[in-house]
Amino acid sequence: MEIKSPRNFWAGLMFVAFGLFFTIWALMNYQMGSAVRMGPAYFPAVLGGLLAFLGLAILLMSVTVSGPRVDRFHFRPLLLILLGNVAYGYTMKPLGLVLATGVLVFISAFGGHEFKWKEVALLYVVLIVFSVLVFVKGLTLPFPLWPEVLGY
Amino acid sequence: MDVFDNLMLGFSVAITPMHLLYALIGCLLGTMIGVLPGVGPVATIAMLLPITFNLQPVAALIMLAGIYYGSQYGGSTTAILVNLPGETSSVVTCLDGYQMARQGRAGPALAISAIGSFFAGCVATLIIAIAAPPLAEVALKFGPSEYFSLMVLGLVAATVLAHGSLIKAIAMVLLGLLLGLIGTDVNSGVLRFTFGIPELSDGIGFVVVAMGMFGLAEIIANLELKGSREVFTGKVKSLMPTKEDFKRAWPAVLRGTALGSFLGILPGGGSILAAFGSYTVEKKVSKHPEQFGKGAIEGVAGPESANNAGAQTSFIPMLTLGIPGNAVMALMIGALMIQGIAPGPQVMSEKPDLFWGLIASMWIGNAMLVVLNLPLIGLWIKLLTVPYRYLYPSILVFMAVGVFSLSNNPFDLVVMAVFGLLGYICTKLECEPAPMILGFILGPLMEENLRRAMLLSRGDPTVFFTKPISAGFITASIILLVIVALPALRKKRQEVFVEET
Repeated sequence: MEIKSPRNFWAGLMFVAFGLFFTIWALMNYQMGSAVRMGPAYFPAVLGGLLAFLGLAILLMSVTVSGPRVDRFHFRPLLLILLGNVAYGYTMKPLGLVLATGVLVFISAFGGHEFKWKEVALLYVVLIVFSVLVFVKGLTLPFPLWPEVLGY
Repeated sequence: MDVFDNLMLGFSVAITPMHLLYALIGCLLGTMIGVLPGVGPVATIAMLLPITFNLQPVAALIMLAGIYYGSQYGGSTTAILVNLPGETSSVVTCLDGYQMARQGRAGPALAISAIGSFFAGCVATLIIAIAAPPLAEVALKFGPSEYFSLMVLGLVAATVLAHGSLIKAIAMVLLGLLLGLIGTDVNSGVLRFTFGIPELSDGIGFVVVAMGMFGLAEIIANLELKGSREVFTGKVKSLMPTKEDFKRAWPAVLRGTALGSFLGILPGGGSILAAFGSYTVEKKVSKHPEQFGKGAIEGVAGPESANNAGAQTSFIPMLTLGIPGNAVMALMIGALMIQGIAPGPQVMSEKPDLFWGLIASMWIGNAMLVVLNLPLIGLWIKLLTVPYRYLYPSILVFMAVGVFSLSNNPFDLVVMAVFGLLGYICTKLECEPAPMILGFILGPLMEENLRRAMLLSRGDPTVFFTKPISAGFITASIILLVIVALPALRKKRQEVFVEET
């Protein structure tokens, strides 16, 4: 069998995987109940089944109807943007807003096409001033500004 | 007259200096994010949601609503000047608006789109004022089966407006419904799909999902593209459209307003569907269809009026039924709930000042936008010349602040990153995130109403077809699906979407 439409092939596979996962997990762990008194497994199991079925249909389409290839994944921006956000979350409490914002700005700036230290540093300063004035002073969000160890 | 009295009450609320100020802030903020490609009203409202906690309910809603319709105005500016949709609903405006700009007629294009939007906004506000009370009356009689069927209709409508394959859009809706079920099951108290992670017991926050799927995924996708934008800065000289322009634009504005108002009311409809629909209609009725795509003013006037009308009337299902028709309305419901107001048909009778104040503020906001937008056009153009390498880290910072402030928990950022990844994969596989988001919002509501309906009918599923209102919704859904699946129309639909790219 030949894959004529890679986009549909992978999309179909994704839907089948999600559908089967939700159905099987629901059936294994939760009670089904009846149509009158639906248990916690009822709705997800039915929906998951439907999703897997549609995924299968998309898979079948992908071997019969030809379509475009999947565009190349750009891992550099993908990974750096995601990493920047996660790092922001986990540095906020120990290090405070000023440093966490730095982590996010610098990591995500590495994900772009060009990285100039001067520009990014300037952007960082502007964003920090803005964040502190608007979010912390203006809107009184309860963010720590500086690292905990410094006693602020 | 009732409508008149109610509107007077609304204006007396909306005209207070405080509320005028919040309307102005909302409109300006909305225009700004509308102008900037890659920042949508969903991300902005989501960011401001935790902040509205400190505001009065009326002020909070007035500001958030201003952001939404302000972004419709701003989006068209970018579409016309840069050929990029500043806002998804202005995708269609790029087609002819940008061509007009290239011919040196950016001014008239901007003016017509602002005037058209204003006219549409006025009419749509009036429609809300007239249509909402009787609809809320009907909605009070809705039982679980009616609500369930109505949501089915909404989800079907959402798949219709998705680009590309219908079957993939339906699959995305199902995926959204399933992801919406994560968390504690309200009926049994069982934790579903939480995998022992305590943060998941309350479910995944909608804001986090929306920011990941729309915000992060879009930024990552934008970073793939190289190349500069061409901004027609110097060419916005005379704003005044000619007499000929007006003559050609007026009928388009009228048709766009009518179509947009109608499509906006449908759950799952809203401004995007309205804009596409209007462009197709304009091309069909025009005596010069060959001019479309080459700078036809009707191609700007119609869709721009339609998307603003649709944006406005999409408040109707939210205000009268408590059902969010799109992601922005879901956030509005979130804002109501933060204020301790349960959304639904009772809002109108219990909080008339809020309901009518919001409606009156929409008209005021539209007037502000048309007055402010044109003189400020120079400022918005400046904003557009800011390179993306400055813009995207700033957007990321605002998003991260917004998500973190939801519960001060780093786990929310992890979830956002996961949905950013999913969103990126979906873009690559041509699966639209919009239907998924709507499914995600409606998932728990649908399950709840399905359960109640089945309990009441003692397990008889025909109840959805025997009750007249419910049967009407189901029939409408089926008709809609058949229409889209029909080969002739599918071809037409593809044509519209192909043109857009």
